[in-house]
Amino acid sequence: MTDITLSIDGKTIAVPQGASILDACRTLEIDTPTLCFTETLEPAYACRACVVEVGPGALIPACARQVEEGMEVSTASERVIRSRRMVFELLGSATNLERADDDILRWNDSLGATKDRFGLPTKARERTAPHPGHHSPARAGDAESIQEPVKIEDDLYVRDYSACILCFRCVDACGEQHQNTFAIATAGRGFNARISTEFDFALPDSACVYCGNCIAVCPTGALVGKIQWDLRLEGQWNPSRQETKRSVCGYCGVGCNLEITTQDGRIVEVGSPADHDVTLGNLCIKGRFGWQFVYADE
Amino acid sequence: MDLRLLAATPTDVEQDAVDSVIGLPEDRDGDRIDQAVGRVALGGHQVRAERHLLLPALHSLRNARGWISEGGLGYVCERLTIPPAEAYGVATFYSLLGFEERPDRMVHVCDDIMCVGRSEATITRLEAEGVSVARSPCLGGCWSPPATLEDAVGSTFASGSDTPPVPQEPNGLRLLRRVGVVDPTSIGDYQEHGGFSALRRARELGPEEVLNELERSNLRGRGGAAFPIAVKWRGVRAAEGAVKHVIANGDESEPGTFKDRVLMEADPFALIEGLLIAAEATAATKAWIYVRAEYPTAIERLGTAIAAIEAAGLHDDLDIEIRVGAGAYICGEETSLFASIEGQRGEPRQKPPFPTTSGLFLQPTAINNIETLVAVLEVIEQGATAFAAVGTKDSTGPKLFSVSGDVHRPGVYELPFGTPLGELIALAGGARGQIGAVLLGGAAGTFIGPGDLNFELSIEGATGVGAMLGSGAVMVFNDSTDFGAIVRRIAAFFRDESCGKCVPCRIGTVRQEEALIRLADGNVIDSVESELRLLADIDAVMTDASICGLGRTAAAAVRSAIALELAGVIT
Repeated sequence: MTDITLSIDGKTIAVPQGASILDACRTLEIDTPTLCFTETLEPAYACRACVVEVGPGALIPACARQVEEGMEVSTASERVIRSRRMVFELLGSATNLERADDDILRWNDSLGATKDRFGLPTKARERTAPHPGHHSPARAGDAESIQEPVKIEDDLYVRDYSACILCFRCVDACGEQHQNTFAIATAGRGFNARISTEFDFALPDSACVYCGNCIAVCPTGALVGKIQWDLRLEGQWNPSRQETKRSVCGYCGVGCNLEITTQDGRIVEVGSPADHDVTLGNLCIKGRFGWQFVYADE
Repeated sequence: MDLRLLAATPTDVEQDAVDSVIGLPEDRDGDRIDQAVGRVALGGHQVRAERHLLLPALHSLRNARGWISEGGLGYVCERLTIPPAEAYGVATFYSLLGFEERPDRMVHVCDDIMCVGRSEATITRLEAEGVSVARSPCLGGCWSPPATLEDAVGSTFASGSDTPPVPQEPNGLRLLRRVGVVDPTSIGDYQEHGGFSALRRARELGPEEVLNELERSNLRGRGGAAFPIAVKWRGVRAAEGAVKHVIANGDESEPGTFKDRVLMEADPFALIEGLLIAAEATAATKAWIYVRAEYPTAIERLGTAIAAIEAAGLHDDLDIEIRVGAGAYICGEETSLFASIEGQRGEPRQKPPFPTTSGLFLQPTAINNIETLVAVLEVIEQGATAFAAVGTKDSTGPKLFSVSGDVHRPGVYELPFGTPLGELIALAGGARGQIGAVLLGGAAGTFIGPGDLNFELSIEGATGVGAMLGSGAVMVFNDSTDFGAIVRRIAAFFRDESCGKCVPCRIGTVRQEEALIRLADGNVIDSVESELRLLADIDAVMTDASICGLGRTAAAAVRSAIALELAGVIT
């Protein structure tokens, strides 16, 4: 395969044909913010955090565009930085990013995003009203937020959609890209678009099979295991006291690799490495949650 | 596909409504439902390929019962092998589909740009009569505000307004020459008024010569993007693929625009003739007409026209299907329109790939505005030279304008590209009062101040005053207008109509409206200057980084209103 030569921020680089601008940026170790992009899924091109400037038209998401010979890309122009900063500011103004991945918090800070320029966020309320095309603006001076009550419907998952940035990774992981269960999809429209089961059914009443592959790809902690959630509530969740070890799931013969995280010697979470050929980070309910007997009383 | 279906069962009415769209279950092989576990493995690939029947089935449910129940939606999912969560996601995308019991009669009353403020008396009267009212975005009835749409259980929608007026004399008009002259329900009358002569000529010329003629004519699309037709059609013809599509985009939803409505309602055979020429020039195997549900007369007349054309054998076995929107401005955006037909949420896709190679069902697709297809007839009938002799060098031919607001004779007008705006306003009977501003191009357009009104109405002429011609909407406001109310209505419109997919538009449209409300109330967070900086930042990210044209134009009118210091925007 031939290489394509392009320039990014004045640096020339050759990358394989078919690579994205984002691939090229990462090869050059240019720190490029991404939210909806993750290595194991086709991105939705929805977050617009990775936009770059190529010529005079609208900015382009780096993850979406393949490199072209002689392309001149700018990742640090005033237009790029302003749009990236605004993406984080707008998300921060409507969404709880406190539990987001470290990378997201770092990009938020390095872009200088200030979420409180827009007014006080509105308080949590049910967001299930399905009717699109109509709204009443928030009380003058308030910034409409997506804060809503936490959904705790079983012993395995917590869904805190106040932290959802609509990256659509969970929908893709539940649907045809990974799990083929299709328990969740986007419902509603516009600012009221949200991740939902059919008719907003509780998860146990939906098609969910509790594989937890949605939790594995959620970048903001909107979807989180119940054990982590409870420890956080108690103020006991502490990554500095945690250790992660690799193992192989013993339930069947597929050979899914596991990453077992312990805190103070006690298992708190099980996942699978995203770069593992067999799983791409996915597991089934047994692999992800079928260890809790370890601490059973009987 | 192994699906978990809904437990609720459909009523007989719902089942019949869905079957009338999809066919009876007995007609299929391989339908298997395991009632014990509530899971279903249905007719496989063949059934899933019919996902595009989802929106028609939802419409049928709505017509039959007025709203969509769990049992009704569940039955659609069972018949089409669609995950219930996805079907719910699609159904909740559209403003004309509801999920709650509702009164048998409802009236949608437009309170959009031209009707805002003028709709309150109607709403009060209807409510006093006990009629249930829903406020609506633009219904394409801007010449006689407020526009209304009747919505009764047991039937399709019915428009509260007639076909838009065409005040010009038909003599000398090209695109509008049959409007009000020909019987729109009669193929014979259409033929007596020159119908199908362009199709015959195109068949004599053959596809290559049709494309050459279009290239020489320099015909550019009339939907707003002004893309050269010959380039688009050649792209589809050259693209690889056994199945190719042509689509007539009749989802005319830009506030202030009703010129395609005139053509669809008063001369429906013409655009279908244009679509047939498009199909032959692009080697398309399938044709679609997508019309917004708010135009029921257009839908009915196009249906009658297709049946007559098929009966006459003029379609050369091309399959032509009408698809009806369900209340979503975004579905006029080409890639969203594809998603809507496909039975997905009407969300735009990142381009490239472009529709010419990867459009409907990811197959090569030529999608054209209604007016463009009618203009194609003119190119073929008159020849490229005569067509291009009208208009300007870069904007050839005649153009339709929807004129509304403070003029004496609002309606649809046809003028050569390059005519000064002042001349169009004079033709429309002149302004009522002193003009305060003209909004050119609808909600996605730009306000033009009274000092700039004599620019040429052409693609390049509009650019010269920092505007876009867009769809050709010309909304005239006199100097007693509360522009603040208009601008806030535009901001609310974009907030309502954003699909919610990309961050800049989903949240930016909300923050834009909030800032405008604060500025109007004099309730600024820090200072007027800081609010204007906020609006400029929101404008930048929406215009630069949104996924589609909706977000990219959602700040245009606000930006121009602030630059012109229109009254009422900042207090």
